Amino acid sequence: MDGRSARFCRLVFAGHLWPILCLARIAVTLAGAMLYFIEQCLNGIQLGMLLFLLAAGLTLIFGIMDLVNLAHGSLYMIGAYFAATFAALTGSFIAGAVLALVATLLVGMAVEVIAIRRLYGRDHLDHVLGTFGLILFFNELVRLIWGPAGMTLPLPNQMLTAVQVLPGVYYPAYRIVIIATTLVVALLLYLLVMRTRIGMLIRAGASNREMVSALGINIKLLYTLVFGLGAALAGFAGLMQAPILTVQIGMGENILILAFVVIIIGGIGSIRGAFVASIIVGLIDTVGRAFIPDILRLFLSNNAASTLGPSLSSMMIYMLMAAILVFRPEGLFPAASK
Amino acid sequence: MTAWLTPRNAVAVVLVALLALLPFYASVTGNYFLMSMFTRILILAMAAVSLNLIMGFGGMVSFGHAAYIGIGGYVVGILAKEGIGSGFVQWPLALAVSGLFALGVGALSLRTRGVYFIMITLAFAQMVYYVAIGLDRYGGDDGLTIHKRSTFDGVIDLSNRTLFYYLCFALLLAMVYLVWRIVNSRFGMVIQGARSNDRRMRAIGFATFRYKLTCFVIAGVMCGLAGALLANHTNFVSPAMMHWTRSGDLIVMAVLGGMGSAFGPVIGAIAFLLLEEGLSRVTEYTNIILGPLLLLVALYARGGIDGLLARVHRG
Repeated sequence: MDGRSARFCRLVFAGHLWPILCLARIAVTLAGAMLYFIEQCLNGIQLGMLLFLLAAGLTLIFGIMDLVNLAHGSLYMIGAYFAATFAALTGSFIAGAVLALVATLLVGMAVEVIAIRRLYGRDHLDHVLGTFGLILFFNELVRLIWGPAGMTLPLPNQMLTAVQVLPGVYYPAYRIVIIATTLVVALLLYLLVMRTRIGMLIRAGASNREMVSALGINIKLLYTLVFGLGAALAGFAGLMQAPILTVQIGMGENILILAFVVIIIGGIGSIRGAFVASIIVGLIDTVGRAFIPDILRLFLSNNAASTLGPSLSSMMIYMLMAAILVFRPEGLFPAASK
Repeated sequence: MTAWLTPRNAVAVVLVALLALLPFYASVTGNYFLMSMFTRILILAMAAVSLNLIMGFGGMVSFGHAAYIGIGGYVVGILAKEGIGSGFVQWPLALAVSGLFALGVGALSLRTRGVYFIMITLAFAQMVYYVAIGLDRYGGDDGLTIHKRSTFDGVIDLSNRTLFYYLCFALLLAMVYLVWRIVNSRFGMVIQGARSNDRRMRAIGFATFRYKLTCFVIAGVMCGLAGALLANHTNFVSPAMMHWTRSGDLIVMAVLGGMGSAFGPVIGAIAFLLLEEGLSRVTEYTNIILGPLLLLVALYARGGIDGLLARVHRG
């Protein structure tokens, strides 16, 4: 585009309209930058939505069972692998996704019953060590079953198109589907926790587990269900992300650490905090990566900017986290303290 | 039985003796791979010992300890690449940068407790990891080859494998001694007191934050030294050396060996790395055994090997 418009400018320069047309060109460039900015914002929101799915499960599990679950990213990975496998088997993306969701839920509940259950009430270091062991196990298990090469999850044709979201702004349909479905899931989660009987039990279990179990509620089953719910959310994030990235071993780990950052910023145990912080982190990370190298170029030499740019833009969210920690060590929306 | 001759001490003495004799075995049999492997074990043991100072005695579970290995290593690597080969410059700078980073991370993360602390240290380590990936001039994702080990003219020649091994060995012993001295000092008592009841320590007049931060920085500096050594050992630095799983490995070493003593993590590092090496010869899928094993250690053997030995003694 740049070369073409340069040639265009040169042509116009020969005539006498060049000041007007050059202004027009600047306007077009600015509009282009604006479109790019909007697109990057949408990408950021989409990343934020995925982070929310992970962070909500993590914060739910932490808030209720007081458990640090490092293996949450493994469930994300397993969801993606299941989706790729089931979609290939059934030939349908939707069927694959639904089956994968159910399968991840079951795997999550099985993991809770076999291993996680024994970690409740223990030191956080035990959680770290035990769930770190689970990550190693799951990564290797996936390698054993599906092999070291990654998989791909092809999208159905009708999702490969781009949709006009604003006049002149086209955006891939599938990414919009991600944003929309995650919003629906977030709403359902809110309704589940705040408006249903099981949600009431979950909230009660978070504030006083002895009392809930003394009232005759099967707290063990409740915990298994909550863990399964968290696993299903993580699996859902994994299977939604699978068509965009390759499905590969360890895919859940980097995004899990981002989800930790989200939880730290949002406040541990707060789903609302997780939602707000997810969008903030998603936006800052994506927009920062897209624009920081260019912004640096305004102040520094080209060479220095391209050296510093990638490092600095990946530091952005951690600096945000540090800033939040200085001013609000408990996060933006601290959950009611126990 | 004399009081000091416990199974714990006996194992420690035997291990130290074996480690001291290892280069002789290597030169007799020509098995230099073994010596190289143990050099790496000694270096990682240093990192585990330093982690244990804050985690075992201070109760500060840092999940980002590998970052200091990376920082120490990268300082050496970057200086070497820029033509500054003298260890008298490289090493102090590596320690200083590690210490400064620890100061920053500690000042922020020690404002919080428990699970926040774990996640924040992990997040900051991940930040360093990404910064290293972004350093295109220094190899980015692929890492940076160090063409010449640090030079200490007239003092020690690091390119001599045996000498390098003994340097690591001596430094490890020095670190264990240092940690032992720290833990048994007044300073160490305050740290341990803050672990069991921070509020009470503050109530009797100790500004525990400062003590903990100092301890955190000491551990960071020690681990930075391990990083500088590791860079010299492998002649290579890459972001992979501070991948978050490396931090997890260090925690595993400290817990496996036993967090109750200064020497425990050394046992843990040897046991863990030998186990890893051994399993990789039996099966391609080592972690399918190692992973559940960690879970079992977390569930049933928190005292680690050192704790088992102490129990043997008590009968």
